[in-house]
Amino acid sequence: MAKAEATFHVFRGEAADAESGVEASGEYQEYKVPVEEGMVVLDAMHYIQGEDAPDLAVRWNCKAAKCGSCSAEINGKPRLLCKQRMDALPLDEPIVVSPLKTFPLVKDLVTDVSWNYKMNAAIPPFQPKEEDTDKWEVFENDVVRTQEFRKCIECFLCQDVCHVLRNHDRKDAFAGPRFMVRLASLDMHPMDARNDRVKYTKEEAGIGLCNITKCCTEVCPEDIKITDNAIIPMKERVVDEFYDPVMKVLRGIGLAHKK
Amino acid sequence: MAKKSYETKYECHTHDVLVIGAGGAGLRAAIEASSQGLSVGLICKSLLGKAHTVMAEGGVAASMGNVDPDDGWKTHFRDTIHGGKFLNNYRMAELHAKESADRIRELERWGAVFDRTEKGKIMQRPFGGHTYRRLCHVGDHTGLEIIRTLQDKGVHSGIDVYMEATITHLLKEDGRISGCIGYWRESGRCVIFNAKAVILATGGIGKGFKVTSNSWEYTADGQGMAYRAGAELIDMEFVQFHPTGMVWPNGVKGLLITEAVRGEGGLLTNSEGERFMKNVDPERMELSTRDIVAKAINKEVKEGRGSPHGGVFLDISHRGPEYVRKKLPGMYRQLLEFADVDITKGPMEVGPTTHYTMGGIRVDADTAQTTIPGLFACGEVAGGMHGANRLGGNSLSDLLVFGRRAGLGAVEYANGLKEQPQIDDADVKAAVKELSQPFERDDGENPYAIHKDLQELMQSKVGIVREEGELKEALDELQTLKGRAKNIAVTGARQFNPGWHLAIELDNMLIASEMVARCALQRTESRGAHTRIDHEGYNEHWGKTNSTINANGEEMVIGQSTLMEMPDDLKALAYEEKK
Repeated sequence: MAKAEATFHVFRGEAADAESGVEASGEYQEYKVPVEEGMVVLDAMHYIQGEDAPDLAVRWNCKAAKCGSCSAEINGKPRLLCKQRMDALPLDEPIVVSPLKTFPLVKDLVTDVSWNYKMNAAIPPFQPKEEDTDKWEVFENDVVRTQEFRKCIECFLCQDVCHVLRNHDRKDAFAGPRFMVRLASLDMHPMDARNDRVKYTKEEAGIGLCNITKCCTEVCPEDIKITDNAIIPMKERVVDEFYDPVMKVLRGIGLAHKK
Repeated sequence: MAKKSYETKYECHTHDVLVIGAGGAGLRAAIEASSQGLSVGLICKSLLGKAHTVMAEGGVAASMGNVDPDDGWKTHFRDTIHGGKFLNNYRMAELHAKESADRIRELERWGAVFDRTEKGKIMQRPFGGHTYRRLCHVGDHTGLEIIRTLQDKGVHSGIDVYMEATITHLLKEDGRISGCIGYWRESGRCVIFNAKAVILATGGIGKGFKVTSNSWEYTADGQGMAYRAGAELIDMEFVQFHPTGMVWPNGVKGLLITEAVRGEGGLLTNSEGERFMKNVDPERMELSTRDIVAKAINKEVKEGRGSPHGGVFLDISHRGPEYVRKKLPGMYRQLLEFADVDITKGPMEVGPTTHYTMGGIRVDADTAQTTIPGLFACGEVAGGMHGANRLGGNSLSDLLVFGRRAGLGAVEYANGLKEQPQIDDADVKAAVKELSQPFERDDGENPYAIHKDLQELMQSKVGIVREEGELKEALDELQTLKGRAKNIAVTGARQFNPGWHLAIELDNMLIASEMVARCALQRTESRGAHTRIDHEGYNEHWGKTNSTINANGEEMVIGQSTLMEMPDDLKALAYEEKK
């Protein structure tokens, strides 16, 4: 039996670069790739690099869905290239591979995700309640919630799919699902001493802009329940701290901490 | 002072301490150096937090005694020396055993969240070669937890992080380090770093082999650069083949199946349903050391008792689906989604995969300084700590212990310099010329083709079982490959051009591969991860001897040096009978 062949339409192009005089460009190029059993789309990109286009730019590291480097869009859906099996795609039509739409293009499938690193660095770091960890008594039940969030591999697919960032480009006002997860992981860390995480989530990270469409949860390769377990509980904490009428009265008469 | 010519031509950065590589070791080194108040630059080939450390699964070894109170540094030391077949740098093994528990407590203080015991302490699991339950872990993604904790600590430590830059040449002034040169992956432009001290934390060499659990970054950059700069390396013949990589289906070939599967009770069987480990290590069975398990699997396959796709069976399904999903969540999901293999229902087909390099740059145990003043090395790129074979879980602790020590060592060295070392214009010119050459050839070799041939060669002739004839053939073929590599032509522009990146990296991979083959030929015995079918068993001379590697112009000089002898108190510990 002849080997099956897949047709790929891969985005090739680059951002303008004033210094070297490169102009912005971009178009989809067609490549044919023989399909082998158990193949993933990243294998196909490597095949293209080895046979047709050695300069095809694609980020990847582990090829085991552990590092979150090879994020792209396959037939319009944000996916890890290393995790998308070929046998789960229809081969009778071209498979379209594009860079993440939410971030500026660098070249081909590589985008500039540095904004995410700026968002992360702005979040106040973990601060232990007790320096001497031998005195800690932390049980499995205490860590289950934060451990779910700490599985995040920072692939930024949730950032890519989020309407607030993707369609409305509100990077100025909204940190995005990845950092809601990070803030939740800190706020739910049993030994974090800071009590201003919720305030930060509301005022700096802009959690109010999320209208819980759950798109982020759907694309998470680690199956983190971003919306249900991170965003909604953090929204509830914002409501409790800032909008609870009973607490407002108690604060007014000095029976609760002032914000 | 007048600007040097390179300063007007290229982007330049100046630091006290520069760390190359941002996995566990590099990050830990950078954090330490920065905490001492020096200006620190941290360079990563990928985005921050994507380094190979994220792939570490099973855990980090530290004799905290949370589960087995009898554990302590002495037992950890003894286990490490036994695992390394007595070829370890004893001082490194000692420092590692003594300090790893403190490094774990420190990580916890920085926010790491490990699995817990019923008493609210860090949980520890058993692992091959460790007498006690010793591996602190987070399910099967311990490496991710460690790198993320260090990353978050690091970005608040005032370190300047340079992402997606590949360093290609170390620079020296009067025999001491003065900085390094490389290129931005994104733009392809050259960038120069001037520093008082440089710490190499670039990881291993696995990409020289065909079946490997290593990521693309493992191209021997540190080994190659240090060698070219004149540093001595040791024991490069010791390449660890992790016994359990997937052999099927193809999409996951080489994918690592964490030793935690065996730690949690996974059973290895051959095609006859026999637990063959009882023939080689009846006491420890599946939890024997990696070299022994890898060789046992190799034997089963060679003698016709393998699985359908040339491996053996590894089964954890008898522990029940709920237990498997809780203790090995990543493994479970990964195999189900990537490969349609449900490990709660039946066995996997596994076989040895290239995993780790025990040998590396010779360092001073206490300071991590190499034989070049101002050049330090830590983590996988450094040699000595693990001797002839590394125990699982001892790598993550190695990163933390010696990352910190390299940071301290570099700070002490940098503080002792009166002035910033100078970079020589001529060195910059030569390096830049070398980097541009692949673009200047109109017609030449495809770097991917050479890489593929190198991987086939190393796998078949310098792999898990070696013999003189094949090693000599391999050395001849390596010369041919080196010739071909001098004639690589790349197409396209300099912007994010993987073909060009590979062309540059091939140099280092070829150097490291030659080191492995030459050292393997010289060591006429079988020890740890190095197996010679024509020289079975230990040899007394080699038991006291490190292989050495030095550059003499274009020639690679392989030699021998006498292993440092342990002081009597440590000797007593090391040779103590196991209880």
